[in-house]
Amino acid sequence: MNKTVNQKAWFLVLPVLVLVAFSAVIPLMTVVNYSVQDTFGNNIFYWVGLEWFEEILNSERIHNALGRQIIFTSIIMLIEIPLGIFIALQMPKKNGLWSSLCLVLIALPLLIPWNVVGTIWQIFGRIDIGLLGYSLNALGIDYNYVQNPLHAWITIIVMDVWHWTSLVVLLCYAGLQSIPDAYYQAAKIDQASRINIFRYIELPKMAGVLLIASLLRFMDSFMIYTEPFVLTGGGPGNVTTFLSIDLVKMAIGQFDLGPAAAFSLMYFLVILLISWVFFTVMTNLDKKEGV
Amino acid sequence: MAELVFSTKKRKPWIKKSAVIMIIYILFLLIPIYWLLNMSLKTNNEILGQFSMWPENLTFANYLVIFTDPSWYWGYFNSIIYVLLNTVISLAVALPAAYAFSRYSFMGDKHLFFWLLTNRMAPPAVFALPFFQLYSSVGLFDTHIAVALAHTLFNVPLAVWILEGFMRGVPKEIDETAYIDGYGFFTFFAKIFTPLISSGIGVVAFFCFMFSWVELLLSRTLTSVDAKSIAATMTRTVSAAGLDWGVLSAAGILTIIPGALVIYFVRNHIAKGFAMGRV
Repeated sequence: MNKTVNQKAWFLVLPVLVLVAFSAVIPLMTVVNYSVQDTFGNNIFYWVGLEWFEEILNSERIHNALGRQIIFTSIIMLIEIPLGIFIALQMPKKNGLWSSLCLVLIALPLLIPWNVVGTIWQIFGRIDIGLLGYSLNALGIDYNYVQNPLHAWITIIVMDVWHWTSLVVLLCYAGLQSIPDAYYQAAKIDQASRINIFRYIELPKMAGVLLIASLLRFMDSFMIYTEPFVLTGGGPGNVTTFLSIDLVKMAIGQFDLGPAAAFSLMYFLVILLISWVFFTVMTNLDKKEGV
Repeated sequence: MAELVFSTKKRKPWIKKSAVIMIIYILFLLIPIYWLLNMSLKTNNEILGQFSMWPENLTFANYLVIFTDPSWYWGYFNSIIYVLLNTVISLAVALPAAYAFSRYSFMGDKHLFFWLLTNRMAPPAVFALPFFQLYSSVGLFDTHIAVALAHTLFNVPLAVWILEGFMRGVPKEIDETAYIDGYGFFTFFAKIFTPLISSGIGVVAFFCFMFSWVELLLSRTLTSVDAKSIAATMTRTVSAAGLDWGVLSAAGILTIIPGALVIYFVRNHIAKGFAMGRV
């Protein structure tokens, strides 16, 4: 749609601007402020320049947390995106009771408070009272997510797949719904195979929503805090301490304001950078389709 | 020809493969939730004493604890209050902004749009401490409005984004015709435009509700007693009074109900909504 140039449109954006300035810019400035100062307490601050940033960049603790974060995000995206596409293809195509039921049930995990998601899996995985832990142990597998690092990781990943695959399914389903029947009929006349239908009709139509799905999954998994915090508390040891958990430990647990602020800024910038790439690709795709 | 005969002979299976896969996936989603429900209907003795697939001595005592103890049920009220506040604020500021982005081009519009989105990308962990200081210094700490405002950080960008997608779908000629017919901006917006994007508004309300309802970190940091959310109540009970699995499970089950109701109402728009109106 070609838009009219109208500078007065700024007035319509003004409320958002004021609100976001209050709830984002001011706090962010506080963070910037802390990141370049140190304190002896009593609210006396002095300038330390980029020392905190150097400290964070050289901190092994942060490197490890970042490494864990990258591994976690890659694994869950590699599982959730293909699985989401696969499930979306199995969704009933006709609107009816069965498809409504599927939609409602599939969306259910998305509406559960994140700490409850943690609680659900905490209980579900326990070896004494949880169905999963109990049955695995009954089968002779020595499963214990509280003590075994590998089991803790697997549990967190399964939990995330359980929690978020539905988002990918719903997005892909929306993309699939927008394909006109005529496309499928044409494919049938051409005797296209199932794989070719997927490759040349369904996948291109889903490209846009898949990008949104990847963007959302990337952002949210990179900021994950509540679910692992409730499930494992970052343990056993530090093996499931992801970036956000580490940051909250540093800022609110130990009250190391300077390093925490420097850490925050770099953390935010990394997410921003990657999201910007996604966003640019997405807007270009929008233009190409002429939406 | 032989092929053709073969293909007509192929009988339709009694149940489709896709339906089987759907059922397996849905079971995967529901079994952990069922387990929580199972726990919530047992006494603590039964939970810890024996392992059973369903409650042998069905009890509603855990729910009774929640319905009679103010520190529990106020958690739900507090959560609902700030979630609703947040939804109203987000919609009120996002509607005009989304209209501006979808209809006009103005200086810096693309940068502004991306900058708004960056707030959706900001990790709440980054903002937890500065929010705490900001709201303490303006005297809003432990109020519903503080949590509602903090949650606008990620809900307003999302609301603008989704609404812009829906508004793009409304032909511009409608605006122009209305202006020619003598409608002012506000009457046009309220009487003609809003009904046209009502499904979009429903979807946005759903999303604001959802993300505000599920969030824990900010709501826990910004409240202590008067506005304590149910999520915070749950995590604190765990750490303070040992583990009362039964009551904790019951509280969890009760947090699922509002979400399930909301999904049911928007079920026909939910898929399009998740695609931000961009399909």
